[in-house]
Amino acid sequence: MKTLKTIGLYPVAFLFLIVAGYPYLYMFAASLKSQTDFFQHPTSLFSSFTFENYKLVFELGIGRYFLNSLLISAVSVAFVILLAAMISFCLARVPFRLSRPVYYLFLAGMMIPVHTTLIPVYMLTKDLGLYDSIWALAGPYIAFSLPISVIVMSQFIREIPRELDEAAVVDGAGRTRLFFSVILPLLTPATATVGIYNFIHIWNEFVFGLVLITTPEKMTLPLGLRVFYGEFSVNVPGIMAALTLGTIPLLLAYFFAQEKVVKGLAAGAVKG
Amino acid sequence: MTSDAPNIRGRNKWNKGLFLLCFLGPALLIYGVYTVYPIFATFYYSLFDWTGIESAKTFIGFDNYARLLGDSVFHRTLSNNLILVVASVLTQIPLGLALALLLYAPIKGVRLYRTVYFLPLLMSTVAIAILWTFIYDPTIGILNNLLADIGLDSWQRSWLGEPDTALGAVVATICWQYTPFYMILLRAAIAGIPDEITEAARIDGCTSWKSFTRITLPLIMPTIVTSCVLSVIGSLKYFDLIYVMTEGGPDSSTELMATYMYKQAFSKFSMGYASAVSFSMFVIAFLVALAILSFDRSRSRGGA
Repeated sequence: MKTLKTIGLYPVAFLFLIVAGYPYLYMFAASLKSQTDFFQHPTSLFSSFTFENYKLVFELGIGRYFLNSLLISAVSVAFVILLAAMISFCLARVPFRLSRPVYYLFLAGMMIPVHTTLIPVYMLTKDLGLYDSIWALAGPYIAFSLPISVIVMSQFIREIPRELDEAAVVDGAGRTRLFFSVILPLLTPATATVGIYNFIHIWNEFVFGLVLITTPEKMTLPLGLRVFYGEFSVNVPGIMAALTLGTIPLLLAYFFAQEKVVKGLAAGAVKG
Repeated sequence: MTSDAPNIRGRNKWNKGLFLLCFLGPALLIYGVYTVYPIFATFYYSLFDWTGIESAKTFIGFDNYARLLGDSVFHRTLSNNLILVVASVLTQIPLGLALALLLYAPIKGVRLYRTVYFLPLLMSTVAIAILWTFIYDPTIGILNNLLADIGLDSWQRSWLGEPDTALGAVVATICWQYTPFYMILLRAAIAGIPDEITEAARIDGCTSWKSFTRITLPLIMPTIVTSCVLSVIGSLKYFDLIYVMTEGGPDSSTELMATYMYKQAFSKFSMGYASAVSFSMFVIAFLVALAILSFDRSRSRGGA
């Protein structure tokens, strides 16, 4: 009886496997086809084999988009981690009058749709002279990553035993030293979670880039993919090569740090 | 000694103030400028007739909001957003739960399933949009070709090109993308149930269905509620995928509040009106979140 029931689960598991995985397989297979082969057999998998599409995509400058995305993601994530850790430290360890309002201010930020801020951010970016520069994205990216990061990190710091702080204070450490040499190192697991979560989101972010950047050379990868899509139109294998390349960094992150990525994404759901 | 005490306390207080300023200041400044201020600014802009190109604005009070009430395209975006909300909650969360449970079933290859089921969540939304545009393509797309292979030629259509099917096609893609997210949330919640509880239920002769409805489901309810909040808010502000796949078309059939707002602001340059759309979005999302949370509070109080 029991085995019968579990055997029945295999078709279901397999069906989901196809639904979730086939689009990936199709994308990758199409990226390795020649154009003529693609139009003769649009749905066949691995019926021809060429790296031409990848070569073409690199010649057309996908590297530039990668570099831009990498740069803005790395800088934003680094700032978010430092700033969120500093705020969380104050919220969890330094009693001050506005502690709760500050926490709620960040909590409320989780509910704000980014689009509500789009027009003022666009105006502000123009006024600041940052329009159409990759650095225009740093402010919005940091600001929108702060709420979740502060919530995860302050939770984590509250769970660090206070004896550790006290030992450091007895040794004569001030608040600043306490933060940098005790709390920050102990925070590493939370830092990794927050870092991965924000990296995935910033790497994939689209709408701020769409509004704040117009010059192709300054675009991030998601915007660049759209440019390829617009310019290639009939060269489907070329587009698929670009899509495959754009997904590789996240796949790599996933395969090397599966548990961290899953945990990081689940952190997005902490209850307010 | 005693005369020094207030002095030291005063200096300590000053030190603490300086410390807080250095530690909180930069983040609060960025957050204030890019998140808090824009909410107020959006509301302020929404009271003006303004192109956004010239600096000249005409104050018109709540006229933009009055215009919203009579704007049939805006009504369309509201009902499309509602469809997206309902479809997301009713597909992504039950499917996510089914997948999470499947990963706990005594079957072989769970590691493989887990890895593959998760994949859609890793692709950027723009990439997903482009990929699925080709999947839905009327001639070279795998969907129509698959239908032809199984003899359902009459079902073939230009999925994204026809107003009747475009919204459904886009919503299906969104569900493909986000179901894994709820799978991992619910899997984590199930993993958090102590083994003793499920074990005790099994010894007491609970069937697996009974143990699911009486034990697992109530215990993961908080996560399900959180998932609903996330899914609803996410659907209310949805933009990327639809913008890339259909730009709201054909014929406004896939237009959402966010895509409409974007078009009004950056293609038609009516920033004032777009701000009214965007502020309405904020209010709707906020009210809905509050409603769900207070409903949850009364539910859990009633249950206790």
